[in-house]
Amino acid sequence: MYKFNLWALTLVLVLAFSSLLIGSSSLSMDADSLDLLLISRIPRTAALILSGTSLAVAGVIMQQLARNKFVEPTTTGTVEWATLGMLLMLIFFPQASVFYKLLVACLMSVVGTAIFLLMLRKISLRSDFLVPLIGIMYAGVMAAIITFIAYRTELLQSIWIWVQGDFSMILRGRYELLWLAVGLSVLAYFIADKLTLAGLGKQVSINLGLNYNLTFTLGLLLVALITGVSVVNCGVIPFLGLVVPNMVSLLVGDNLRRSLPLVALFGAALVLFCDIIARLINYPYEIPIATVMGVIGSGIFLYLLLGNRRYAH
Amino acid sequence: MIQTQQLCLSYGSTEVLKNINLTFKPAGVTSIIGPNGAGKSSLLSLVCRLQQPTSGSVTLNRELLGQIKSSDLARKLAVLRQENHIVARLTVEDLVCFGRFPYHQGRPSVTDKAKIDSAIDFLDLQPLRLRYINELSGGQRQRAFIAMVLAQDTQYLFLDEPLNNLDMKHSVNIMQRLQQAAQVMHKSIIMVMHDINFAACYSDEIIAMKQGQIIYQDCPQMIMQSQVLEKIYDMPLKVVEIEGRPLCLYYR
Repeated sequence: MYKFNLWALTLVLVLAFSSLLIGSSSLSMDADSLDLLLISRIPRTAALILSGTSLAVAGVIMQQLARNKFVEPTTTGTVEWATLGMLLMLIFFPQASVFYKLLVACLMSVVGTAIFLLMLRKISLRSDFLVPLIGIMYAGVMAAIITFIAYRTELLQSIWIWVQGDFSMILRGRYELLWLAVGLSVLAYFIADKLTLAGLGKQVSINLGLNYNLTFTLGLLLVALITGVSVVNCGVIPFLGLVVPNMVSLLVGDNLRRSLPLVALFGAALVLFCDIIARLINYPYEIPIATVMGVIGSGIFLYLLLGNRRYAH
Repeated sequence: MIQTQQLCLSYGSTEVLKNINLTFKPAGVTSIIGPNGAGKSSLLSLVCRLQQPTSGSVTLNRELLGQIKSSDLARKLAVLRQENHIVARLTVEDLVCFGRFPYHQGRPSVTDKAKIDSAIDFLDLQPLRLRYINELSGGQRQRAFIAMVLAQDTQYLFLDEPLNNLDMKHSVNIMQRLQQAAQVMHKSIIMVMHDINFAACYSDEIIAMKQGQIIYQDCPQMIMQSQVLEKIYDMPLKVVEIEGRPLCLYYR
């Protein structure tokens, strides 16, 4: 397992370095280049690593709590609730600072995630496919509400630009809140055993003396806060929280104490990779990372579903 | 000693358990038998604090279960339910290691590791140790779960149909080992059983339930009589003696 970690770390470093070198103006050894590096390139690469790491971690926690491998914050309404928070701030307090927008978005995603997970706990018939279906329906309803409100308030375009996963606007001073998300991911590592145990279900957890409701609530808060922070800072990145945990699960299993570092590294690597593609495919113009991630992520996901029959259950 | 006082459970107007007053001894093998829907599994969940009763109470050594700290209770009482639908990819070793969670909270000590090893050996899981539980057969997985609760090393061990999915060899093997654990380590093992002959062969005591009530609590010799069994199961049953053991014939 350490072998995998080392390998993934090397990959992240190589990708991060490449990410620094890519851009519409080339770097040389002068003051302008240094400014470019410090103001734009390094913040962008850092933001990619921070959000990739924490979104992958949020995905794996969500999967433990829902006890289902096919859910992640973008398919369970969490992202939509965070977006709704943003939208309400745009309508009522457009002048508020990013910090307050963040606060409201996080609060809303806590509420939305809680509703989803409590809904799951009420459903006794839980087939593997029912859970993601419920999530997608729930997210769909929320997206419709958002669209309706945004349409009526003529904010459709601003909200769409805001939540579309995109790192091209990241500059120094505009991404640092993402460190919060990484802090939350580190916190998740401290309760990794408890989260794994909660993933074995309520009865097994109670039998082993775990405070199930407390662990569940902590996990829920971690997922919702990480999602809220990254939606506000860099928008929605689909599939990340879905494919990374599933890939890691194939390699080292689901004991989070063991797999969480690899999940974090893979998350960073995949986001860096997709962002590089997004910057190169139509050079010198960019396409949003969410688009690239949608294509690559869904490809990986289909492969995992179809290529590993034994794994799927 | 685990005791229940006037334990009742109902869903709406359906009474699942009616005034159960029971005592589980601190050592020996006890089987709970009875037809489907008699309330056996519900009783197990209530006694193991997996579910709350509608009324009544459960005490461990005269202390109410609800007043004992959950992590302390997990070192005194372990339970394995029937349905263990697990999607996580954990190895057998990981799973058994979680059985020691009440002691190590995530950081297994040398003692914990020894207990994990012996539970794995006890259930012949050494060759499967590093396999993922979602890739095992039903019977192998069942053994892994039993190893987990055995590693928990509690005075009381409640098992809901532990022989589910197991072949004859492993069924006999596990029953012998559970009996051995009860005798040598003075543990109390309480099982919900469907195979009446297995129950009779390995138990010190049998509790028979019907329609949410206890109708018999006695030694196997007293239960294994055709008129007693017919009353429990509402069907004609014949008990014969082979090699000095009572055997119930229930198929015609």
